[in-house]
Order: sequence, then C-alpha cells, then structure tokens
Amino acid sequence: MNIVIIGCGRVGAFLAGLLDEDGHAVTVVDLERVAFEHLPQSYKGNTLLGNGTDLDILRQAGIENAEALFALTQGDNRNLMGAQIAKEIFGVRRVIAKVNDPIRARLYRSQGLTTISRTTILGTLLHAMLAEDPVVGKTLMEKSLAHEERLSGGTPTPAKAGG
Amino acid sequence: MVAGGGEVGFHLGQALLEAGHEVMILENDRRRAQFIQEQLGSVVMTASADEGRAQIEAGCQRADAVIAVTGDDAKNLVICQLAKDHCHAQRVIARVNNPKNEIVFKALGIDETISSTRVLMGVIEQELPTGGFFPLMPLTGSHLELIEAEIAPNTPAAGKKVGELGLSAYGALIGGVVRRGEILHAHGDTPLQAGDRVIVFTPTAAEADVRRSLFG
Repeated sequence: MNIVIIGCGRVGAFLAGLLDEDGHAVTVVDLERVAFEHLPQSYKGNTLLGNGTDLDILRQAGIENAEALFALTQGDNRNLMGAQIAKEIFGVRRVIAKVNDPIRARLYRSQGLTTISRTTILGTLLHAMLAEDPVVGKTLMEKSLAHEERLSGGTPTPAKAGG
Repeated sequence: MVAGGGEVGFHLGQALLEAGHEVMILENDRRRAQFIQEQLGSVVMTASADEGRAQIEAGCQRADAVIAVTGDDAKNLVICQLAKDHCHAQRVIARVNNPKNEIVFKALGIDETISSTRVLMGVIEQELPTGGFFPLMPLTGSHLELIEAEIAPNTPAAGKKVGELGLSAYGALIGGVVRRGEILHAHGDTPLQAGDRVIVFTPTAAEADVRRSLFG
C-alpha cells in the first residue's frame, strides 16, 4: 500500500517504522530535517522535506497514488487541513488525523473525517490500566510493547523504547 | 468577529470600528490582547479562535461576518469551518497567506478568501508597466476578476477578431472594447486593433492564460 504520513514527530516516525516493516511504501513529510532523526534505523521508506498542507508537496509525496494518509503533526489545525485536502481534493480512501483537542476531534468526526485524539486515547488507556481492564489495558499494552521492541531492533531489553 | 489580533486583525478591527460596526477581536496572546484593549477599548477577548467554545462566547452566532486573519492558513481554515458548521455564522471570510490555498479553501467549503500576496501582486502590476495588462478588481465572492488590457501592435490579439482569441476556453469573456474613448459592443466577430482597450471578465485562476492569449 502507498502511504503518506504528514509529521515526523515521535508518533509519525513510530508509525512510519511499523508500516515500513510491514512492507508498505511509506513517504513521511516534515518541515524540519531534524525530525527525520526520529525514524528508526531500520526505516527504508522515503522522506520529504516540506509543508504537508501544500498541494505541490503532497503531490511530490505521491498523494495521487496513495491509499492512505495519516496527518500527525503537532498542530491540530494543520492535521485537519492536510487530512481534508487528502480526502476531498485527492480522494485518498483512508485518511486519519491526529487532533488532540477532543472537541475539535469530535466536531470533524461528525462530519465524516476520521480523527483520533491522543488525549482521549491515552486517558482511556490509563483509566483501563488502573481498572485492570483485561481487554483494553492489557491487549493494547502488550501490543505496544511488542511494537517498541520490534522497532528497537528486536533486542530483548529496549534501551530507548519509543524513540 | 475578527479572529487574530496581529497587524492585520488590529488594523482591520480599528477600521471596522471607525466605520461604525460592532467588533469583537479574538487574540490568544494575553499581552497582545491587552495592547489592543488599551488602543481600541473593550472589543477584544483573550481566546484562541480555533476553539468552538471561544467562538460561541465571542458571539459568533449573531455576527454578520467572521473574518479569520491570522498568519497561519491552517488555523484560518479551521476557524472558518468551525464558524460556519458549528456556529452557523452568516458569512465567513478567510485570509490566505499561501495563494495556492485559495483553491484548497474553496474545495473545503470556504468560498470567500483574501490572498494578501495576490492583492499585493495586483497593486504592483498596476504600478509597473506590464504591457498594458491591468487587473482592475476582484468580483466579490465569485473568484472572478475584471481586467483591462491594452492591445499593443505585434501581439497575437492585434488584428484578430474577439472570437478568435479563444478566451471562452478559459471561461473568460470580453465585456467591451474601448476604441478612441468610445465603447464598442464586443461580439465574436468584432476585430481588435492596436490601441484598443478590452475589458475582460475572467476566472482569477485563468488570468495567466488570458494574458498569454492577448500578449503571446
């Protein structure tokens, strides 16, 4: 699958690493060159320096042939803009935007845009862990730790887990 | 409601007040908001305009217009979308800093945009001799503009008929021809001469194509 990721912060880089390992063709876009240092060493996909809400940069990133786009910059508004461009202008089938403000996340979700709020998800996870919820807490933690290990090169005791 | 109290927002707010309008400026920087309050009075709220709650508190629902003028296009887009869809504001206008985003904003439901770059280009082109091509004015809310062009000798247009210029392919239309101070009705078979001034209605996006058709 051709996948574009806008924003190469910790989350974007982590996801890029996972999808790259899964064998997808990943292009990750960021305004700052240093952001690409977040990527795991194993990453073999593309990187593109530029503004992920700019039509020409998105074209260069291959959005016209992309099956999925993730908008994961630090700015909710930029993510909403990038995601809407992907969905409405380029017709990308699967578009997900990180929107940390739960109110904005809900509003745009009600209009058909897939948004996830780190605030809500992390809060829910912590809540579930405290309640010893066997499904949400345990499963997600196990999966997350497994991913961490995979991206840190498979060493049994990850020294710099999560980047 | 003016979203963003930077240079543009501040002076816009001031001008609107002077014109007798009721104004509320939303500015998220407390010190900047304080400065605006000292200058203009109680017409400013310290809040981030990209949050639905702040818009409602600022009275977005009963505003005649919400104008987003921050220096951040993504923020202006979200402000306008929230104002339109969440607050049902009557009219939303966005400043776009990157002229390419005019198309983006339109595709995403924000029809009225002002591009400072394009406005400046318009001014500069009127000031500089650019082969007799003058953008006269944008037509509000339509993405069309009015252009005046002087037909110079040895250009593709001189000697051709209006219909032969192929402007209709770009959605553009010659509305009239001014020859020696007289208005001629422009038909497809009206011949153009050097020295004629043509008034063209054109989609803003096709301005460059129109220029090429007239001047080569």
